[in-house]
Amino acid sequence: MSAKQNILDKLRQSLTGTTPVPDHFDEALVTEIYTYPPEQRIAQLRKLMEAVHTEIHLTHSADWPALLAQLLQARDLPSLLIAPTTPHGRRITEHWANNPQLPVLKAYDRPVEEWKAELFNETPASLTTTLGAIAATGSLILWPTREEPRLMSLVPPVHFALLKASEIYDNFYQVQRQFAWAQGMPTNALLVSGPSKTADIEQVLAYGAHGPKDLVVLILEDQ
Amino acid sequence: MNEMLKIPLTDISAAPPFKTRARQALGDDQLRRNFRTAMDSLMTKRLASMSDADERERLRELGNRTRARALSKLPELLERLEANLKRNGVQVHWAETTAEANAIVQQIAERHAAKLLIKGKSMVSEEMDMNHVLAAQGIECLESDMGEFIVQLDHEKPSHIIMPAIHKNASQVASLFHDKLGVEYTQDVDQLIQIGRRVLREKFFEADIGVSGVNFAVAETGTLLLVENEGNGRMSTTVPPVHIAVTGIEKVVENLRDVVPLLSLLTRSALGQPITTYVNMISGPRKADELDGPQEVHLVLLDNGRSQAFADSELRQTLNCIRCGACMNHCPVYTRIGGHTYGEVYPGPIGKIITPHMVGLAKVPDHPSASSLCGACGEVCPVKIPIPALLRRLREENVKAPNSPRPVMRGQGSKYSRKERFIWNTWALLNRSPRLYRLFTLAATRLRALAPNNVGPWTQNHSAPKPAARSLHDLAREHLAKQGER
Repeated sequence: MSAKQNILDKLRQSLTGTTPVPDHFDEALVTEIYTYPPEQRIAQLRKLMEAVHTEIHLTHSADWPALLAQLLQARDLPSLLIAPTTPHGRRITEHWANNPQLPVLKAYDRPVEEWKAELFNETPASLTTTLGAIAATGSLILWPTREEPRLMSLVPPVHFALLKASEIYDNFYQVQRQFAWAQGMPTNALLVSGPSKTADIEQVLAYGAHGPKDLVVLILEDQ
Repeated sequence: MNEMLKIPLTDISAAPPFKTRARQALGDDQLRRNFRTAMDSLMTKRLASMSDADERERLRELGNRTRARALSKLPELLERLEANLKRNGVQVHWAETTAEANAIVQQIAERHAAKLLIKGKSMVSEEMDMNHVLAAQGIECLESDMGEFIVQLDHEKPSHIIMPAIHKNASQVASLFHDKLGVEYTQDVDQLIQIGRRVLREKFFEADIGVSGVNFAVAETGTLLLVENEGNGRMSTTVPPVHIAVTGIEKVVENLRDVVPLLSLLTRSALGQPITTYVNMISGPRKADELDGPQEVHLVLLDNGRSQAFADSELRQTLNCIRCGACMNHCPVYTRIGGHTYGEVYPGPIGKIITPHMVGLAKVPDHPSASSLCGACGEVCPVKIPIPALLRRLREENVKAPNSPRPVMRGQGSKYSRKERFIWNTWALLNRSPRLYRLFTLAATRLRALAPNNVGPWTQNHSAPKPAARSLHDLAREHLAKQGER
């Protein structure tokens, strides 16, 4: 008999004559105290994310490409990985076209195998969008796609993330409901709540363990 | 030092290994300071993140019911999980023993001619002793969690399930990195972490296979959920062309929404964080049009004694565990003796109740009694495992007579002693019969001078028990009679 059959048989035998525990999911418990008036969501998100060293900038749909350029220059970053075919990618490309001498734009447009070394060694920063954020825990929701693959928000040491203020949700439960995640999940979905960190040595908190050392969030207040 | 102040010690050479190790750990000031500091800090952080007692207790109750519900339908949920994972393109493997699980991983590795496996944190892979088993086959397994990397460099095992290197301080890590990695000596934690980052980034880049654990496996959607702060879990599960997740059969939950309370309980109980930096939800390998992610994802479901715990409705509660480590953080015994003393993969209170099912009670006979039954573990457990009650239960199983009907667990009865059983049976008899009891107290009070001065281990640290000159019954009778006179 197979391992699977043996395991399942043992488990079934142990449950003989028992009835399953009923599902009394307490929705109020995981939502009520984690619900915020719309005008407080940014503040709540900001408080939690800044507490774990996330850099947050409030900006507007007209201004963010210029702000991004300024932040890149301030950090002396030579290049930025973007998704040129997305609407926000096109905005960046346009702004860059009108402003020469900005850091080089790079695209993640081929399978990782074809440029792994460059991604690891010569890609200091990236910009991705987000599916939204969660105020209760101070988390960005990342939903990697073909245009913005998984490693885009992980390997470059500086990660810029674009977030629309209207897409800050209250809590994780609400997000699952809103997007009907139970009906289907993508290959990879992520909650990201700050730059990579560790406290594995003497409980001393250190940032930049394996993922991005800096997480910079641009919140578009008018969107 | 004043000789009188010294606590008398038994001859440690004759003591069983657990007690020997415990004594050695108790004498190690550095180790005790490292643990005390870390545990105090973890306890404070947990409480600060759960300061609303009403919410905390209701959440623990929900966590308990959510886990109990999953276990009450476990076979069905495992099948649903497998079906949904397969639909998503994940290959599912089942293993009854750690040897079977290692063979599965080895076969996958051989099929890909893999030489280097990079590991995110996985306690199940520690159960499997995967690093050593695969190394013997010429396949290198490298730990990438900073704490795990440190203990692996020093040929040690994790001393805490969440903070594997908590027994070391920065200067110990500094010397280790200097010796083993050839870097300049530095005690600066930021610099030490950057050294780890540099070394391990190269390995993520080179690795043929990434190995991870699983925090929650969601049956409803076929999703493997992993929590972490460092990003090594994401690296291990995304960069190499193959990802193998290994987990215990109990880690399944029914619905995606079930992870909402469990995730909150896990990160707050473990680290006092509202959430970890990364919550990684993996539902499949790279799709045809995607540009990265592993081409293959495998899940290995391991039993390793869990179905034995499952068979008994009381012991089944052991499997509620979500591996937060709060029980060890709050355990006065763990804090004093550290994780290595337990000598097994899972230390502390949870280790004492789960390990006997994995390795047999006979191999860890001192585990159930290495507890003061203070109850702290049960009070903080986010899924309300009655750990003290389970420890008492294991103490019973430990002394069960051989050939008891319906054996409950492997290795039970290893502490059975006919002499002890005879004494307790006699004691029970005395207490059941008023006449015998009176006779006994009469004898005990009259012959008290004959009570022995040495009663085994008890008298090593305590004065010998001496019967009083008069029994309580006797005194009470006299007292009541006097009251009657008034």
